[in-house]
Amino acid sequence: MFYNRDVLSIIDFSVDDLKKLFEVSLEMEKYSRSKLSILDGKVLSLAFFEPSTRTRLSFETAMKRLGGQVIGFHEPAEAAIAKGENLADTIRMLDNYSDVIVIRHKLEGAAKLAAEVASAPVINGGDGSQHHPTQAMIDLYTIWRELGKLEGLNVGVIGDLKYGRAAASFIYAISKYKPKKLFLISPPLLKARVEVKDYLRHVNVTYEEVENLADVISELDVAYMTRIQKERFPDISEYEKVKGSYRIDVSMLSNAKEDLIILHPLPKVDEIDLKVDETKYAKYFKQAAYGIPVRMALLALILGAVS
Amino acid sequence: MSKELVVRKIESGTVIDHIPAGQALNVLKILGIKGSEGYRVAIVMNVDSKKLGMKDIVKVEGKELSVDEVNKIALIAPTATINIIRGYQVVKKEKVELPSEIINIVKCTNPNCITNQPREPITPRFKLIADNPLLMQCEYCGRYITREDVLAQFA
Repeated sequence: MFYNRDVLSIIDFSVDDLKKLFEVSLEMEKYSRSKLSILDGKVLSLAFFEPSTRTRLSFETAMKRLGGQVIGFHEPAEAAIAKGENLADTIRMLDNYSDVIVIRHKLEGAAKLAAEVASAPVINGGDGSQHHPTQAMIDLYTIWRELGKLEGLNVGVIGDLKYGRAAASFIYAISKYKPKKLFLISPPLLKARVEVKDYLRHVNVTYEEVENLADVISELDVAYMTRIQKERFPDISEYEKVKGSYRIDVSMLSNAKEDLIILHPLPKVDEIDLKVDETKYAKYFKQAAYGIPVRMALLALILGAVS
Repeated sequence: MSKELVVRKIESGTVIDHIPAGQALNVLKILGIKGSEGYRVAIVMNVDSKKLGMKDIVKVEGKELSVDEVNKIALIAPTATINIIRGYQVVKKEKVELPSEIINIVKCTNPNCITNQPREPITPRFKLIADNPLLMQCEYCGRYITREDVLAQFA
């Protein structure tokens, strides 16, 4: 099911695959503060052509907790690429040195190219504005752990749905569990891409595009927040005008369901008021912590240490 | 008076028939035929067709189309038929057909797609989503491209 498998897009993973992953993740939670030796002698390469803190460090931590070794780079300047080497050759080199490769790249499709070139399995740690499958796995796991189920929920995805890879991946991911209501909440300029919406139609998931979070907050079981970058707006004053509609604060939560959970792939800036961090709804720090057991489970499954 | 527009038969080469009306010039464009290559070319536009109502026809003397060229035509003229002529006789007749995967014919329009990196060993590949109107999805970046995008590349 997972052995030697590339992880390029969450679309490629079935509900059964994810169930297996979550069972192993639950087991790994027991060990996310200790050291196992099930990946002793295995080497993970980190090929981070684009800056990242969370994804890179959590893969590194996960591999080390399992007893494996980590090599790689996270500054393109220090990599051979600075000397003009192409992506394919850099990956060929890492393929010789390691048993699994995690790649992050600013170009869409970079992870797929890496997977074609490498014989070792390749995990997409984010490619441009397209996919971030391991983030989506962590998002789903968080919902399952916090709400006890994934099916039939009312879900809102908020922020930059056009360029945000975490948002797009989460939309693909949650659609596998037939949400009762799926609200895509964004400024008109940052609506989900037509390809994403066609996918939802193709898998028979109905959705509603909404421009103001306050209009639907009372219906949500899950609010998936993402960051809106000012730079996406041709005119900053346009951003200033709309940003309040995609921001969550304590007063807005007075209308929320008792067991609403707020998720965020992080880093967050000002789309979530700091006071919300202290409420029972805030699950994003827990979500970040689940990144370790989920990535431990994924690595252990792909490298055949558990089956 | 006959309503037919008569263009004489060619001795050898290709007759591309049943092109959707108005697309003949685009067919030449996608084949890269500009006129300076020296082929004798006849273009017939907006004539009656039992199948299509109206159609265009292109005849190219001295050139037999390759499979790749036929596939290119399918992208913008999915109804076209290709007749290969030798010694004034039709020796091969085929309908163009869009393959389910379109490989190395068109480029992805997304500048952020890995297939647009000149120094990577990569071939653009698209999955056919719909043929009329044409819609293809890049297998690398997931973006759609349309007939207009295809035409713009051969302009």
